[in-house]
Amino acid sequence: MAAEDLPSEFDVVILGTGLAESVVAAACSRVGQRVLHLDRRSYYAANWASFTFNGLLSWIQQHQEESLPEEVQDWSGLLEEGEELIYLSNSDPASIRNLQVFCYTSEEDEEEEAVSPGPSETTEEEAVKETSETESADSKDEEGNHQAVHTQGEEPEADQPCPSAAPSQSQPTRKKISYAQLVKEGRRFNIDLVSKLMYSRGSLVDLLIKSNVSRYAEFKNVTRILTYRHGNVEQVPCSRADVFASRQLSVVEKRKLMRFLTSCVEEMEEHQAYSGRPYLEFLRNQQLGDNLQHLLLHSIAMVTEDTPTEEGLASTRHFLRCLGRYGNTPFLFPVYGLGEIPQCFCRMCAVFGGIYCLRHSLLCLLLDMSSNRCKAVIDSRGHRISCSHVVLEDGYVLANRKRLATPPRFVSRAVLITDSSVLPSDSEQQVSVVTVPPIAAGCPVVRMVELSPSTMTCVPGTHLVHLTCQSVGSAYEDLSPVVTRMFHTPESPDRGSRPSVLWCLYFNMADGWGVEPEGHDLPSNVFLCSGPDAALGHDHAVRQAESIFQKILPEEDFCPPAPNPEDIIYDGDNSSSSTAGGLEEPEEERQEEPEEEHQEEKQLLEEASSPAEE
Amino acid sequence: MHGRVKIKTTAQQEEEKRKEREKKLKIYVAARDACFSKRSEGVWDDEALQLTQQLLSSNPDFATLWNYRREILMHLETVKDEDEVQKIYEAELLFLESCLKVNPKSYGSWHHRGWVSARLPRPDWARELSLCDRCLSLDDRNFHCWDYRRMVVKISGVPVDQELAFTDRLIGSNFSNYSSWHYRSTLLPLLHPESPEPPSPCREPPQTSPPPSPQTHSHRVCEEQLLKEYELVQNAFFTDPNDQSAWFYYRWLLGRAEREEMISCVYVSRDEERVAVAFSRPVNAQSVGLLLVLDGQPQRVEWRSVHPRFKHSPVWICDLPPGTINDISNEHNLTVHWTEKHTHRDCALYTGRTESWCRDSATDQELFRSELSVEKTSVLQSELQSVNQLQELEPLNKWCLLTIILLMRALDPLGYEKETLAHFQTLKEVDAMRSAYYSDLCSKFMIENTILKMEYAEVRVFSISDKNLTTLCHLDQLLLVTHINLSSNQLQQLPPQFAMLQCLEVLEADNNSIENLEGVYHLPKLEEVLLKNNKISTLADLQPLASCPKLKRLDLRGNPVAQTPNVESELAELLPSVTDLLL
Repeated sequence: MAAEDLPSEFDVVILGTGLAESVVAAACSRVGQRVLHLDRRSYYAANWASFTFNGLLSWIQQHQEESLPEEVQDWSGLLEEGEELIYLSNSDPASIRNLQVFCYTSEEDEEEEAVSPGPSETTEEEAVKETSETESADSKDEEGNHQAVHTQGEEPEADQPCPSAAPSQSQPTRKKISYAQLVKEGRRFNIDLVSKLMYSRGSLVDLLIKSNVSRYAEFKNVTRILTYRHGNVEQVPCSRADVFASRQLSVVEKRKLMRFLTSCVEEMEEHQAYSGRPYLEFLRNQQLGDNLQHLLLHSIAMVTEDTPTEEGLASTRHFLRCLGRYGNTPFLFPVYGLGEIPQCFCRMCAVFGGIYCLRHSLLCLLLDMSSNRCKAVIDSRGHRISCSHVVLEDGYVLANRKRLATPPRFVSRAVLITDSSVLPSDSEQQVSVVTVPPIAAGCPVVRMVELSPSTMTCVPGTHLVHLTCQSVGSAYEDLSPVVTRMFHTPESPDRGSRPSVLWCLYFNMADGWGVEPEGHDLPSNVFLCSGPDAALGHDHAVRQAESIFQKILPEEDFCPPAPNPEDIIYDGDNSSSSTAGGLEEPEEERQEEPEEEHQEEKQLLEEASSPAEE
Repeated sequence: MHGRVKIKTTAQQEEEKRKEREKKLKIYVAARDACFSKRSEGVWDDEALQLTQQLLSSNPDFATLWNYRREILMHLETVKDEDEVQKIYEAELLFLESCLKVNPKSYGSWHHRGWVSARLPRPDWARELSLCDRCLSLDDRNFHCWDYRRMVVKISGVPVDQELAFTDRLIGSNFSNYSSWHYRSTLLPLLHPESPEPPSPCREPPQTSPPPSPQTHSHRVCEEQLLKEYELVQNAFFTDPNDQSAWFYYRWLLGRAEREEMISCVYVSRDEERVAVAFSRPVNAQSVGLLLVLDGQPQRVEWRSVHPRFKHSPVWICDLPPGTINDISNEHNLTVHWTEKHTHRDCALYTGRTESWCRDSATDQELFRSELSVEKTSVLQSELQSVNQLQELEPLNKWCLLTIILLMRALDPLGYEKETLAHFQTLKEVDAMRSAYYSDLCSKFMIENTILKMEYAEVRVFSISDKNLTTLCHLDQLLLVTHINLSSNQLQQLPPQFAMLQCLEVLEADNNSIENLEGVYHLPKLEEVLLKNNKISTLADLQPLASCPKLKRLDLRGNPVAQTPNVESELAELLPSVTDLLL
């Protein structure tokens, strides 16, 4: 919609299309509120977005560009009596940091990945390329971005042919996918900025089902849970069938594990005795043995060694409750990536009359001094738009107005495109979660999600790997040791049989944990939504959205089931006449759907029944 | 309200649905009537195929319509060439798939599919198998599909190893699946048959042809594979010890040999001029071709079971013609032939002896263990170890306890007697609903142990007092017993089988709850019956005793019957031989 045609009055104006904002938008629109939903960016879902490979490259580029000092325009002319301006930030420099890109595959197509016995030029071609984060990304072509900047000291090592590589000459080597191919096939990637999964009985799945938003997406089961231990990737037996089939566990361990899992479903007095003491201590006293203790702590409860028992048990129970609803693991993953989820809620909002504008922002809020409420906003076109409530992504609020409970935390992220799975199996279409306990004292617990092409997030022949941990240092410092051990990169000590990394990206993202919707130096009808948090599930964002919705509309039901499309009555002609500015028909609103290139696929998906409906 | 999307009310929706339903019903009824009238007119045309298809696709359980359809198809077979028939049947299979989607457990659809597949000129069995796999992945207990699959496998000759891999897959995804385990038990002996046993050096081969050892049973699996199966099934019952299917499969693996069919004992008594024959299993002597040869002369004798209630019995008796063997100075040679099984047993009655018998000195292995397992001791020992390990973790699991008991029985019934009794006690507590079953099973094992002890002692006295017996069994093994002591148990009756104790002279059964003496029937040597403190309440209950000619001493103290008026005189009338009556 052209910005000039925007009505000058809305009930709720929402800035930012992250998950929480989109859920609030859908919930408000669903119960009849007039919603204006804006995002300064050219894409949906903010830091929750998924990108094609090329999209990700331009995202990287944007974040590497130095942001220009913001021009502060004077909008006092639009002020009415008793009003005051609150300026908003129009860039979000703080949320993404420490971007580092490495390309380990050759630029162009090779004839064959030649593994010749002696040193040769091919090895040089494989030399590490890195996009320098300090270089300004002034690129005419993609390749111009990549310069070998690895320190000279390391280079010769990479050039030495690995002793283990020589015998492999007899085997036909798999043709390695080149960087040019990744770019060419880039549209088939859907690379998430956050890496989360949906607990099949978690609040997000419940909300998707309750609201009927699930019809806009399709989901795949995570097929296995893996753990990294003693240098090996092993499958974690979590369902009854897994335990039965497991080769790592002795029969006695099988019994102990099953008994423990059955016993902890219900709360018992025995559990209360450990209240406040670490879960690890509780596990130790169950005489489970090291093996099971490891599995239960890291892969089933997915907590750390100092997590208290009640929290560990709650996580274990949640995991078990989610098992078996849709498959043998507790998790679902949306086909085409997590960025689909906020977009699904936006679509629901649009169906019920919400208006969407991308590349469109708010410059300031107009505060009514007497009531301490925001009466209106000024958008990036300089229009004054009246509204009763404003919801903002926290990045738009200047730091001096935000109250953060704790010092800001960061999440370390790595995105890898690899050539094979960390644990090859009969099926090439596994979707795996890998829990990686601290590889050395003081190192963070790393969570890894490996996506296969079946999730429509990467091209056949590759796997997309997401690594996430609570930041200790920069993403590279936190995660590259794990990458080096579990995958083959030029820094890896030996080649082994591990998957090769073709391309990877490291970055830190602000942790949305600890940002509350209220309590900031803002008008009482303005609410903040945090960015993604570090947790595996989506509870934080869903909880936030629900609490904001209840503050805005305390009397209304949160996301009641949407009617079936055939039950909606369209009385086009007479309805719009009464409305100033003319609301768009829901049908037309759909045109504003994000990611036009997905339009066709989406409609197909809509017809297919969603797996999230029992 | 402004901007709110208008939605049809529930009443509107209901109304629409109702109209829709009415419309559908009209169409359905019209089509059904059309079909019936066509069939009665004997019309077998394409239109009828169309109509039945239309009806069956919404209701695949309409058997009459399937029949009509088969009539039409059979008719079409006669008028079309093979390619056309192939096409018609292929379309039929496609249609059936849609019916199975409506109801995956429709008898009509599956039956029709079997019928079509069998008539299809060029069947595509691979496709049928994959259809079955799909159906079973949706519901692994769809027995219609299992049945159909068995037919497909049989006709198309799927290799056994592929089928075994199929059961692997199903068990892997959910091991609570009797169908898969059972299927496995039928496949393994085919794929990994036990290598033929070298002729075992039999201990003191008896006079007859050496009995093949129980191990040579045909449904067995080679040891290497068996060990793998033990591992598999252990994984299942350690993962979920409450799942019965794995335990049942385990029982099958441990094996159960059928005892060799033979005449186990021939007994001859000079006084009664009577022969008793015991078989290794209940038989009907009148129809198995039993032949008695006395001193080289075949005898015409009347075989009768020990009790009129039995048509089949392990013990049969016959009376010799009077005067044939009653002269104590004569020696006689007796042979009983079981012509049907080509086996026989000899028995010599020497001068001066009043009775004689011939039988194998039975070992426990032959008598009882074969019913539990035919596995080697070393294998059983290691199995017992693993199951004991599970029992430590799950002390109250009934399947585990029961399996331990059986393994102990198979290994060393006397050595493990104490543990066995303790486990039975636990079983009765944790599974109170089946405590009577466990009591009976325990009684059985106690009786077996007592028989073994008696065998080792080489005596004819069977004493099993104070063992909480609730039932009597293996009475055919007690054919030669002269003195039995059943005192202080919980027996409620002396069942008809008790009449197999043909040599019994003294019966002690004080302190039980016996109400019924049916089995104390025609026991020719019985002299003394002690039934103090039981529950015999009427004279009629004592009626069977009248058939025992030598009964002299009867103790009925502490029974309700002792309180009946005139009991003494009536007993004198009923049992004139009794001279020593205690009331």
